[in-house]
Order: sequence, then structure tokens, then C-alpha cells
Amino acid sequence: MLALVVLTASFLSFQGCKPKGAQSAVSGDAAAKAYVAPGKYDEFYNFVSGGFSGQMSVYGLPSGRLFRVIPVFSVDPEKGWGYSEETKPMLNTSHGFVPWDDLHHIALSVTKSEHDGRWAFGNANNTPRIARIDMKTFRTAEIIEIPNSAGNHSSPFITENSEYVVAGTRFSVPMGDNLDVPINTYKDNFKGTVSFIGIDKTSGEMNLSFQIATPGINFDLARAGKGKSAGWFFFSCYNSEKANTLLEVNASQKDKDFIMAVNWKKAEEYAKAGKGVKKQVKYAHNKYNESTHSATSEIKNEVLVLDPKDCPDMVYFMPCPKSPHGCDTDPTGEYIVGSGKLAAVIPVFSFAKIEAAIAAKNYDGEYDGIPVLKYEAVLHGEVQKPGLGPLHTEFDGNGNAYTSFFVSSEIVKWNIKDLKVLDRVNTYYSIGHLCVPGGPTSKPHGKYVIAYNKITKDRYLPTGPELTQSAQLFDISGDKMKLVLDFPTIGEPHYAEAIPASMIMKNSQKIFKLEENKHPYAALGDNNAKVERKGNEIHVYMTSIRSHFTPDNIEGVKLGETVYFHVTNLEQDWDVPHGFAVKGAANAELLIMPGETQTLAWKPEKAGVYPMYCTDFCSALHQEMQGYIRVSPAGSNVPLTFSTGTNLPAAKPAAATTAPAEKSTTK
Amino acid sequence: MKKIFNLVLIGTALFLGSCTNSTSTDTPAPAADAPAGGGQEAVQDDVSQKDVVKVAVGSPDHTTLVAALKQAELVSSLANAGPFTVFAPTNAAFEKLPAGTVDGLMKDDKKADLQNILQYHVTTSALDTKFLTDGMTLGMVNGDNLTISVKDGKIVLNGTATIVGSVRASNGWVHVVDGVLLPPAKK
Repeated sequence: MLALVVLTASFLSFQGCKPKGAQSAVSGDAAAKAYVAPGKYDEFYNFVSGGFSGQMSVYGLPSGRLFRVIPVFSVDPEKGWGYSEETKPMLNTSHGFVPWDDLHHIALSVTKSEHDGRWAFGNANNTPRIARIDMKTFRTAEIIEIPNSAGNHSSPFITENSEYVVAGTRFSVPMGDNLDVPINTYKDNFKGTVSFIGIDKTSGEMNLSFQIATPGINFDLARAGKGKSAGWFFFSCYNSEKANTLLEVNASQKDKDFIMAVNWKKAEEYAKAGKGVKKQVKYAHNKYNESTHSATSEIKNEVLVLDPKDCPDMVYFMPCPKSPHGCDTDPTGEYIVGSGKLAAVIPVFSFAKIEAAIAAKNYDGEYDGIPVLKYEAVLHGEVQKPGLGPLHTEFDGNGNAYTSFFVSSEIVKWNIKDLKVLDRVNTYYSIGHLCVPGGPTSKPHGKYVIAYNKITKDRYLPTGPELTQSAQLFDISGDKMKLVLDFPTIGEPHYAEAIPASMIMKNSQKIFKLEENKHPYAALGDNNAKVERKGNEIHVYMTSIRSHFTPDNIEGVKLGETVYFHVTNLEQDWDVPHGFAVKGAANAELLIMPGETQTLAWKPEKAGVYPMYCTDFCSALHQEMQGYIRVSPAGSNVPLTFSTGTNLPAAKPAAATTAPAEKSTTK
Repeated sequence: MKKIFNLVLIGTALFLGSCTNSTSTDTPAPAADAPAGGGQEAVQDDVSQKDVVKVAVGSPDHTTLVAALKQAELVSSLANAGPFTVFAPTNAAFEKLPAGTVDGLMKDDKKADLQNILQYHVTTSALDTKFLTDGMTLGMVNGDNLTISVKDGKIVLNGTATIVGSVRASNGWVHVVDGVLLPPAKK
């Protein structure tokens, strides 16, 4: 009887035609909390990974306004990224030019584990790379490829003074001389690595300092220690079963996988002491030079690999329940939170206990020769039944942790010390990572937690089968988390970081100084504009300034030649880029910042006169900012000429050659 | 093994009918500060394949299970992307429990126990029966393990419940079982 009543009640509530509560799940003052008046600034920059777009996007918080999509690993025809001659080398790899990747995680540079506002790092998940974005220009300054890696997922997390960013391989793969092995020999032949990429203190330039060889497992995420644990790095690992097929089943057989604890200071000592072995590899290191306005790509051939068996006290495993994803250190550096996505608890490890367990050799055997610390010996405690599918944890500065739960679509706030759940809120829907401004640092800025959601079914106006993903902003200034805003995002947001605007905006670059432009094809003034033939190349040294190109009439190009338009933007005024495009070019536009030179390559296929124009609105006479380039047959004797504002005599013979044709048509 | 219960389909039709014909859903909008409600189970979508919850809701053989999922607040989670495999005991399976067990578990103060039991019927992985092999262990959502055995072509869970039918859902599989799985006693 009771069952029947319950059944009826549940049936009614399942109907899916009830009015939805989600839209109303905001408090009355939410609009005011997210509202940033026109002309006013947001309090935080939010650097958000673009996932399969390959890019990084920049939003303001709390408004959720999108300011910029920074092209990183994927070509971006809007900005000429990967299309201009200057930027193509940035996407070079040991596999050649790669036009796309999948950017999952962000690491902002830190000093003493606090944000310092210099650089943002992003990882390429597919063809393993790390990019450095300069926060002065909001542009990608450097990309380094990671050899001996396949799927750079556990990356680019950063040490306390930005000494290193790391790159742990998601896929273990065959390494060394014999790469062509049967896949079912995984357990014998497949190995992993974690790489430490050194960062120059001043320039930010990255260099592959050393790699640590690991068993053939999968690395997921990572975090450096802080404070007392600052010399350590913690990597979550899954597939300790070493499965190579149907991981959905076979990589969740064991009750515990691992968090790998690496004493990176010790590893650094070993590397300096020559303990490693230099392995022959091939990887690209690409740098963008803001003086030549050009990128270079260098292929490098060597990496130092440390083997834990030759380097005692460097690597330990800590058991962690069921396929840990997040592996996050709290602001004090004492607690390490593992989030096993298939686990029913959240284990919190204690760094003091880790040190004690190592000192006492309190091991639970070995895994591929690496000591496994006893779970109970390193455990601070477990958050019991916190939710379903814990993924990732960030922190406020008040001793609280915020963990995302994918399966139960919620954020749970809990106390790090007593492990008690304090609050929970639903997300709409299926949260992945979350972000507290400064949440991974020793000094969280707090105030908000942002959920990055994978699914938005019915949350916005529908757009066909593919819906936007979303960010949701919650106010965490009180005891209870309060939903304030949700907003759509670019690509698939995975991890993101937020930093006070005050740390970035004062450094934001306005122009590139013309007198510092060292581009070899720059025309630093209209008088320097010219057109030159070099073999079968035509080089146009072109300038653009409101509102004309110099030259804007070019003749004498022959079929078979490639035309390089080197366009220098002579403007020295903030927010006045010029664009450039030519009809029929199998290429993108150029988007040239003030003081910068960029080059578009074009190989015309047919004789004729081609228009070209400025593509980025620059002035009231933007529409007049245009020109022509004439292409003649291969054997033509039309001389190479160029001009702006005058019609040259050279135009006459050309007109004469067309005269007979005109006559013939009048007969 | 792969037969789809006709009852499931009939039940589904009833479910949809009840939705469009219902006149008793004039629920007031929640107060401004009400806890956020409404997970993906409330998404209006009659076109996509049914998720594991909707499959269960649509089956007249699973009314007890559905009521219990609701009481245990697992509906939103199971309407998520998954992937899930739900071992779905029939009403008859629940009736095999000692008298009063189900009614007892449905009480609010037993919610944690009910959640524990129901989460022991779900694993976060979409497992076709062809992937369920003899001797295999599955980690269930509640944190305990479940053992699979295969005898005479029948897939038996923990030696006590047999899979009697399977339905592919949008976010995983529903394997209908003839017994309720009880999590191992805590150490």
C-alpha cells in the first residue's frame, strides 16, 4: 500500500513536463552580483581552456563577458595564426605542421605559489606540447613539443616559483629504438614519462630539463606542492592495470590506482649530477620574437631521462581509490586531495604523514620497482560519500575545499581538516573542472567558484544537435554557495584559472614600437615601400596607415610566381590593427597590430587584376582602403611596377595590348 | 538474453501518455532562494533514446525500483551522461526480500541505507553483456565490488541475481535482474 503511494508520487514527479526549477535557482540579488556596468571593469580575468578548439579564451568575472580568444594550438584564420608566414613555425612539430590540438589545462605563473601575472601555460593533449602565453600581449609566445609522450594530459601544472611546468603522458607508449611492437605486448613494451620543462626566470623561455621514466600507466592531472611540500609534485595515475583495450572495463579492475609523488628537487639534483641517460629524440621548440615579429622553429634531438631505479628517494606511489582525476594540494601544502572519478570517497593525504612514511619505509610493496606507501599511513582522512564522480578540487583561503562531481552534477564544499561536507549546489549540467580565483595557489582570492559544465541541454536557446558548453558562477563569500550567473563558453572548457584584473591590466601592451620593428621585410614608412623580384618570388614591402596601402597598384606579377605581401602597420595607436586580404588567395587574412609586420603568401592561378583590401575596420575611409594587383601570363613582358596615388606610364603598353581584342569585339 | 521486454515498451508508452495528459502538475515555481532542483531528468526530449532512468520508469515491472531511486535522490545522477550500467531488480525481486524491508528502506531516516543498496546496483561504465565475463569484478558506485559469474550462458551477479533481459539506454545499459543485490557487510 505504501509502495503504491510512493510509486504514484514518483510517477508524477518523473514526468518531465513539470515547470523546471533550475532557471529559478538563483537568489534575488544574483543579477546585481554579476552586473558590471557599461564602461566598468570586471574584477577578475578568467583564462579558460578551449578544449577541442585548441585555443584559450579570456573572460571577465563576474560578468562572464568574453574578451578574447587567444589562438594557441589551432590555426585561427581570423588572426592569421598559422596562416601568416610569421606564425606558421609556431605550429611546427616533429610531425611537421599540425593545424589543431586540444587544450585542456591552464597554469598561470606563480612566485612563492602566488599568482604573479606574467604568463599562462596551456597543454596540447593530442600532439604533446606546452604553450606559453605572454600576459602582456595575450598572444602565444612559445610552444615546446614533448618527446616520449603521447597525449599530454597531465600538464602544464607549475612549481611554486615557476621553476618548471610538467608534462605527464596520458598514454604510455613504446619508447626507445623499437617502436613497432604488437599492441598486446603493452605490459612489456609500453612506458610512461613525466617531463619537467624549465622556465627561465626572466624571459619565461622553456627548455626540456629532464624526464622521469615511469611504469606504463596513464597520467591524468597533477599539482605541485606548496610551502613545506613545495619540493614535491603529485601526479594522479589511472590504468595501473596496464590495460590496452576496453579501458572502460579493464582500467577499473583495481580498487586503488595511484598518486605518484615526485621529489622534484631531488630529481633536479640527480639531473645536475648527470644521473640520467641522454636519449635521442626529436621535438620542436618554437619561439615567437616580438622584435622580428616572426617565429622560429628549431628541431631538437636529445633529452635527459632519469630512471627511478638509478635515483633512489625520487619517486613514490600512494594508493588512491579508483581512477583518480584531480590531485590537488591545498593552500598550505599539507593536504593532497585525490578525486577518484569512480570512487565513493575523497581521500585526503597528509604531507607530514607522507614524509614520515617515507622515513619509516612504511611501504605496501612495490609497483614496477617503485615503493608504494601504505594508504593508511599517508592518509589524513576520507570525505565519506561526498557525491558521485568526484573530479577536481580547488580551495578558498578559509580552510574549505570545493570538489566537482560529474555524475551527480554538483559542487560540494567541505572542510579540509574535519572532512565534513558543508554545502552542495547543483550545476547545469555535468560539471568537469571548477575554478576558484587563485584556487590552486597558496593565496586564493576566493569570492567565486566557477563550474565548467559539459552539458547544457535545455539551458539555452537550442542550436541544433551541438550545444554550447557553459561556465556557472557561484558566490562563495557566504556559508552557502549561491548561483549568480551562467554563460556559454568557447570550445570545451576543461580547467581554467582566474586572477585579479589589477595584476594584468596595468601591463597590457598597447602597440609595438615601429622603431623596434626588426622584421627583415618591414617597410618603416611609406617611402620604404617597394616591390622586388627574387627568382620566382615577388616581395611586396607594403605599408598600411589610415586609410591606404602603399603600394596600392602593383603590376608585373607573372603566373608561376608567389607573391609575398609583407604588410607593416604604420599606426602607433592602440586598438588600430589593419587587416589584409587578396581575392582568391588560398589563405587567411592578415591581422596586423600597430607597429607590426605580417606576411601573406599568395600564388595566383589565373591572369587578371585582383583586388585587395583592409579587412579590419580602421577609420571612416576603411572602405576606401583598397588596391589592385595585376597578374600577367608567365611569358609576359609587363614590367614590375608599383605605386600609390599616381598612374604610372607603365600602364599604357598594357592597355595597348588589350586594344586589338577590343577592336575585334566591336566588329 | 538480448530480448527487450515488451512490458518495457508498453510501460514507456504509458509514461509518455501520462505526461501529456496530466492535469495535476501545476507545481508552483520554487521560491527565489529554494535549493536548485531539476537535473537532466527534467529535460524535455521525446526524440532522443531513453536514458536508464526513463527505461526503468517505463517498465511496469520496475515500479518499486523507480520509487526507490526517487527516494534515494539518484534520478538526476542517472539522467546524466553516464556511462552507466544499472542492474535493475524487478518488483518480484524486491518482493523476495523479507517482508517490510522495502517499506523500511523507503523511510527518510533510512535514506543512506537505500542509497547504498541502490548505488550497489550501478557501475559507471556502459557494459554490454558480452563484456560481462566469468570471474570478473565490477566496482559499483557505492564503493563495493560485485562479482560476475557465467553459468550455462546465464550471467549471475554475486551468485544471487540473474540477468533476465537487457535494454540499451542512451547513457548505458539496463540489465534486468531477478534478485536484489545486497552490499557486503562493512568490516
